Amino acid sequence: MTENEHPTGASGRRILLREVRPYGTGDPVDLLIDDGVVVGIGQHSGTDADEIVHAGGAVLLPGFVDLHTHLREPGGEDAETVESGSTAAALGGYTAVLAMANTDPVADNAVVVEHVRRRGREVGLVDVRPVGAVTAGLDGKRLAEIGSMARSPAEVRVFSDDGHCVDDPLLMRRALEYTRAFDGVVAQHAQDPRLTPGSQAHEGPNAARLGLAGWPAAAEESVVARDCMLAEHTGGSLHVCHVSSAGTADFLRWWRARSTAGSVSAEVTPHHLLLTDELLETYDPLYKVNPPLRTDEDVHALRTALAEGVVDCVATDHAPHADQDKDCEWSAARPGMLGLQTALSVLVRTMVRPGLLDWRGVARVLSETPARVAGLSRQGRPIGVGEPANLTLVDPDTEWTVRGAELASTAVNTPFEGMVLPGRVLATISEGRITARDGKVEPIGGRS
Amino acid sequence: MASRQSADAAAPAGERELLSAGDVARTVARMAHQIIEKTALDSGAEHVVLLGVPTRGVPLARRIAERIDTFSGVSVPTGALDITLYRDDLRQQPNRPLEPSSVPTGGVDDALVVLVDDVLFSGRTVRSALDALRDQGRPRAVQLAVLVDRGHRELPIRADYVGKNVPTARSEDVAVRLTEVDDTDAVLLRRPDSSSGATSSTATSGREPDTESGTETAESAGGKQ
Amino acid sequence: MIRHLLTADGLDGETVNTVLGTADTLKQTLLGREVRKLPTLRGRTVITMFYENSTRTRVSFEVAGKWMSADVINVSASGSSTGKGESLRDTALTLSAAGADCVILRHGASGAPHRLAEWLDHTGTRVVNAGDGMHEHPTQALLDAATLRERLGELSGRRVGIVGDLLHSRVARSNVHLLRTLGAEVVLIAPPTLVPDGIESWGATVTHELDPQLPGLDAVMALRVQAERMNGGFFPTAREYSIGYGLNAARTAKLPEHAVVLHPGPMLRGMEIAPRVADSPSAAVEQQVRNGVHVRMAVLYHLLAGEESTA
Repeated sequence: MTENEHPTGASGRRILLREVRPYGTGDPVDLLIDDGVVVGIGQHSGTDADEIVHAGGAVLLPGFVDLHTHLREPGGEDAETVESGSTAAALGGYTAVLAMANTDPVADNAVVVEHVRRRGREVGLVDVRPVGAVTAGLDGKRLAEIGSMARSPAEVRVFSDDGHCVDDPLLMRRALEYTRAFDGVVAQHAQDPRLTPGSQAHEGPNAARLGLAGWPAAAEESVVARDCMLAEHTGGSLHVCHVSSAGTADFLRWWRARSTAGSVSAEVTPHHLLLTDELLETYDPLYKVNPPLRTDEDVHALRTALAEGVVDCVATDHAPHADQDKDCEWSAARPGMLGLQTALSVLVRTMVRPGLLDWRGVARVLSETPARVAGLSRQGRPIGVGEPANLTLVDPDTEWTVRGAELASTAVNTPFEGMVLPGRVLATISEGRITARDGKVEPIGGRS
Repeated sequence: MASRQSADAAAPAGERELLSAGDVARTVARMAHQIIEKTALDSGAEHVVLLGVPTRGVPLARRIAERIDTFSGVSVPTGALDITLYRDDLRQQPNRPLEPSSVPTGGVDDALVVLVDDVLFSGRTVRSALDALRDQGRPRAVQLAVLVDRGHRELPIRADYVGKNVPTARSEDVAVRLTEVDDTDAVLLRRPDSSSGATSSTATSGREPDTESGTETAESAGGKQ
Repeated sequence: MIRHLLTADGLDGETVNTVLGTADTLKQTLLGREVRKLPTLRGRTVITMFYENSTRTRVSFEVAGKWMSADVINVSASGSSTGKGESLRDTALTLSAAGADCVILRHGASGAPHRLAEWLDHTGTRVVNAGDGMHEHPTQALLDAATLRERLGELSGRRVGIVGDLLHSRVARSNVHLLRTLGAEVVLIAPPTLVPDGIESWGATVTHELDPQLPGLDAVMALRVQAERMNGGFFPTAREYSIGYGLNAARTAKLPEHAVVLHPGPMLRGMEIAPRVADSPSAAVEQQVRNGVHVRMAVLYHLLAGEESTA
């Protein structure tokens, strides 16, 4: 084990979780953690524990892993920092996040990714894994130094130009091929730029009525289809970011039933599972996001696809934006929404309560699959003796009202403002250390 | 509003008839005679035009003209002069629709214009009407005819022809009803709902907003609610 | 009455009729006057804030305000709010604080007037949309309706064709909503590339052929085709567009005798409308401009003459 694998760890402490229900099933059990590892599941007296969490039958899940987080550092510190983003992640139940590359400077070289990784470790609330850019400067013209980033101490495995599409098919092909050398994955923001000039909203009746330039679903679907074929052809690993349309879900269902070569995974965001473009009525840029909010039909198709496993996992696309980039006219606003602290609740509301997903399913889409896609060997593990203690304790019943100003992110741009959502994170345990508990984070060395 | 037993009156609470339909007709006839006499209409020296202030001033002007025609054989042109655009209290009231103005062919230049309105109260409507009239042309002289003068002038304005003088409290309303608008002819005096008796009505109501804004036209005094 | 005028979509028939009635009364009131000045909005401050150039709309609002004795101040703004200069929000709050009773906004971003109205909600300043992006241009629709009513009488049951770039046209959007509210039938005519999604839900019929429609129309409105669209691949060439959709003399000859030809201007003569058509008696282009002033006076009257803010 390298030190890198214990970024948030606090060694030597014994933590006892009393009365937890792993995956929300069975009778409550006690779970003992020692030195970052689960050492016992059953009945424990707790007399020798340094810390005891009385869970009262709450659901215990493997710690969440977010494949798609914008931490904005460096360059966008007025919206988010590694510290504020890590805080939001820990409070949201995450034990690992992948920090997107579209920072300033762009994470297209070893220096920037190492910096982000180091900042993550210093903050110590969540395992911050930098994503490397696919193309230098995200310009879509030539490959970034993918190999150097992969082989750097930051150990980058996921590469993405997110925010931009790698639309040049030859470049995409090369990226899928090249990343095979180190089991990397290319996370594609699927959006044909020629089909979406000046696009502002889902192309459909709402956008037409509101006079907003359309973003047709076909611009996503055509790129996803092309990339799947390129992945098959090259044997590379493709991850489809933020699937937003019913058509993409349909294509993936068909594709994954027939194709064996290459690897394709796909994520859906919480907001695309809940919100539709009818919210655009007010022109409030809180609802501006890329890909855009689409229709009710898309929302339901995405829920079904997630339940079936056609779309493998949930990723937040947590995208903080400073007030001045949101409190303006629609077309001038930056696209993106906060997501880390609301993801679980949205999932409970859209998938768990309607019976589309049980808690094992939640563990799969929020933890196990994203960990596998990102190649994080200590994340998304089964809850069992000998496993690393990356865990999230969830109260599935409590409802809470979302207030952007009360969230930990520097920015406040949550599209769920004022909504009452079910499910709260009671505690997050990262490498055997409690990083968040009862809505407060526990920084390294305790709270000052 | 304060609760009130309604058993004490057959008419709606606090409402009293000042002029009956017959009274209105007689009053209009008298005003027609006065206008004929004062303007020396039958001598043909003056070009007289009657301009009613909407809403009820307009039918009133037409009725007076009809009477004048009957009594003197002189056909007097009538028209309407909407003063909404010239009011000085627009900001104190909800937005109001405009009424059409119509000046008879021949215009008002060098004419003797008789402005006709139903109720004269603060004088502000008349002031607005004079402003509106100025934008229509340059009359030789302007006179004022009102069916009811209820006092409480706030401007140095007086009527040349008054159908009936009615002493009122500020808090009271004078409502003119004309068949053309209201399906009946009458003039009513109405006390504010809030007072349980006439004696207590003057103490507080002078500062009530609807009284402040209530200039003398029937629009504010009656009809609406 | 309404607090702001942001869209024609959602304006109820009563409001529309009231505004059009007021515009007509104002027109009659001012007819033949030497001094076209009413004291109605004395002491009111109206600020036009145009982020896009539009001499005709700005002047129309300015004249409307001045004829009502409002103090009209023109602010020419340029550029978007991002990166350069003051944000739209700060500009709006500044103008409101400086005493604007009404801000008339022309902006390239759809929905900008909605945002402005929200930001100014606590101030009592009224907002009029003078054209926002590809969204709406409600006073244009009102003046078109006023013009059509003068020519045709009540619009209920009348059939109005709108020809051209429906996709990018705020004039088309506002007109469809308003004409539908007034009970007119609306036929939208454009090549498929210029027809927005879900347009059927606006209550209009859509067709791609102009000629078969002409004999049944009581009015036809030619929309402006913006230069940048001509090279945007929406149609092959200007010539082909003109052949298919231009209002030429041969086409207008197929219209009924009483039919009215409208154009929101500025006209691209020869492309979307032939000069002979634009200057023919059936064309109401100048009448549209004249009515524009009265309609905008009516709008200002209804927004500003009543009680102080109800905020």
